[in-house]
Amino acid sequence: MLQEAAFTEVKAEKQTANGADLLLDSLKKEKVEVIFGYPGGAVLPIYDKIYDCDIFHVLPRHEQGGIHAAEGYARISGKAGVVIATSGPGATNIVTGLADAMMDSLPLVVFTGQVATGVIGTDAFQEADILGITTPITKYNCQVRNIEDIPRIVKEAFHIATTGRPGPVLIDFPKDIAAGTGEAPVDPEISLPGYQPTIEPNYLQIRKLTEAVSRAKKPVILAGAGVLFAKASHLLQEYAQQQNIPVVNTLLGLGSFPASHPLSLGLAGMHGCYTANMALYECDLLINIGARFDDRLTGNLKHFAPNATVAHVDIDPAEIGKNVPTAIPIVGDAGEALKMLIKQEGKKPEHSQWMEKLEGWKKEYPYWYEEEGSVLKPQRVMEMLYEQTNGDAIVVTDVGQHQMWAAQYYPFKNPDRWVTSGGLGTMGFGLPAAIGAQIAEPSARVVAVLGDAGFQMSTQELAVIRELNLPVKIAIFNNQSLGMVRQWQQIFYEERYAHSKIPSQPSFVKLADAYDIKAYQITSEAEAKEILEQVMENDEPVLLDFRIAENENVYPMIAPGKGLHEMVGVKK
Amino acid sequence: MKRIITLTVLNRPGVLNRITNLFSKRNYNIESISVGHTEQEGISRITCVVNVENDGIIEQITKQLNKQVDVLKVADISDQAVVARELALIKVQAPPQTRNEIYSLIEPFRASVIDVGKESLIIQITGESEKIEAFIELIKPYGIKELARTGTTAFPRSSQRLNSAKNYSIV
Ligand SMILES: Cc1ncc(C[n+]2csc(CCOP(=O)(O)OP(=O)(O)O)c2C)c(N)n1
Repeated sequence: MLQEAAFTEVKAEKQTANGADLLLDSLKKEKVEVIFGYPGGAVLPIYDKIYDCDIFHVLPRHEQGGIHAAEGYARISGKAGVVIATSGPGATNIVTGLADAMMDSLPLVVFTGQVATGVIGTDAFQEADILGITTPITKYNCQVRNIEDIPRIVKEAFHIATTGRPGPVLIDFPKDIAAGTGEAPVDPEISLPGYQPTIEPNYLQIRKLTEAVSRAKKPVILAGAGVLFAKASHLLQEYAQQQNIPVVNTLLGLGSFPASHPLSLGLAGMHGCYTANMALYECDLLINIGARFDDRLTGNLKHFAPNATVAHVDIDPAEIGKNVPTAIPIVGDAGEALKMLIKQEGKKPEHSQWMEKLEGWKKEYPYWYEEEGSVLKPQRVMEMLYEQTNGDAIVVTDVGQHQMWAAQYYPFKNPDRWVTSGGLGTMGFGLPAAIGAQIAEPSARVVAVLGDAGFQMSTQELAVIRELNLPVKIAIFNNQSLGMVRQWQQIFYEERYAHSKIPSQPSFVKLADAYDIKAYQITSEAEAKEILEQVMENDEPVLLDFRIAENENVYPMIAPGKGLHEMVGVKK
Repeated sequence: MKRIITLTVLNRPGVLNRITNLFSKRNYNIESISVGHTEQEGISRITCVVNVENDGIIEQITKQLNKQVDVLKVADISDQAVVARELALIKVQAPPQTRNEIYSLIEPFRASVIDVGKESLIIQITGESEKIEAFIELIKPYGIKELARTGTTAFPRSSQRLNSAKNYSIV
């Protein structure tokens, strides 16, 4: 009798099921809304269960498209993007996306199929050592070895991906584990004794920063994506206003502070604006909140903020002091740090001269471009996209010149409206990431700003846009070249244009037509205006092939090896 | 400069791979690495000796290691009083003419002969890396046929003297 009672009790806490069922149940527990997946041999047991599962499944047309879509979804929704790929080539096709998500701290939970445990290590059909391949580009990865571990491992994966500094987690799923049955705890405890991100900053460091602010004559805040991940834009605004400190943004931090705010100095870095870069160069107190001092931001480190005391708020202690010596290290969540700083109500800096200087620069050195008769200027196209969307669209870009123009000419009012591949600079990212962003927020206006070359790295995903009838507005900045590469060859390689001019291109309009997506070729501003008014409001996808000035360059620019004060092309 | 870093890690598959990978990804130079179980089940101890140019790099290494999910604890014990040991096996040519001479070297180093062949001996020696290196230098002229070293493993001493930055044991 007693034994029987004990037995039923155990039963209640455990369930007997097959591995794939346990996986899908675990995903439901994590409230997963969408899976970006592509089937194949090793994941067939999982797909057989997906057949009956009500989680929305998106079939990209290439696994790389699937993982970039998951990245776009993660960036906009704030939740983990979920990806399934089969073993071998399916798994290796997602490598770029993992590296991209690792660099830009995007939470992903990725499941790869694996050959059955019995043949692992024998070079079996479609076997790849995906754990070995992805170790340096995942926050964590592991292989499921026992069916009963599935619920715990999945729970841990979501926890690791979405907490602390977010990042991609990969779970390798051998076929026999997915197909086999076992008994697993229904509600497992996670067991991660080595993983305890610091959330709450050290009070003494916060005090130190408050004192430094009160003494500063030329303070500036550098706001990065950490502010966005912490959902702390409003706190940043409150703090900057309370202390009257101007704010510059990193590329990935755009939107964390309203561009229209009087304290906003704009984008800093290689193609940032004069004011933001000079503010970083001349400041005496640099407060970095959630940015990692990437080299495209700092330029030559020898000349970076030479006179500044540096304070750095980061949830990842390894980022502090990595590139720039830091006097005031603050390990913790950007939101928590800002709350503590605001509460201090420290003495405001006396910096009227500094503020005047910054205002002067802002007036003197705005972004500029030259009109060229009837030629369509990319900067103008960006401005028109801004106007047509009231500045509150989700803007997703690929990588290249168009990406920089989007960053410069779409001054974001709100957080989490900007999706771009920053750290890895992955061409082919834009179109699928726009799909993910639109799925995350169906009612939002999503504009995909792409180069003609990058578009061709993910063209196949047009099929998904049609299939799901996603109202993504695709704006191709068609300069018939690998524009950014061409620019570098022009400036640094004596105009020796080695393979940066695209010799032949399909008709993008006909291509879109083949996918049953409406498309227009646009060659003038008047045409642009007319068509944008016509298409930007409706709920249909559209592809706009903007024939822009072919030899336009992005300015200002900081050449590699130069400091932030050595910008070229700051004025007409 | 050489630094000794000790890690306690969860003994999960792939953990060693993740750690060695990190060294190559970040371009850090490992001199030696040794791994083994600890007194606690499921927990291993890794001892790395690294060669770095400055303190900034060692700080980065420990922070990056600490960030790994399966790493429980990282300590740079170089500035503490430590006991550090390494074991080496040395197969040396030892024809009858030189055999006695070799034996006479073994004794002061408290090494031992663990295998005797017709033309060669296998010597086992434990101690700090410097001692082992000194011994190898002395043995080299006799003709080393094979050499295997385990890499350093180390503990901080139970009592730390306050002012001595380094305090290596003699034997
Ligand atoms: C996958 C990948 N390959 C190569 C590059 C190098 N690269 C950076 S920008 C660029 C040109 C992009 O051309 P396009 O997509 O037409 O955009 P544009 O610069 O013309 O706006 C290239 C080749 C990259 N970033 N990613």
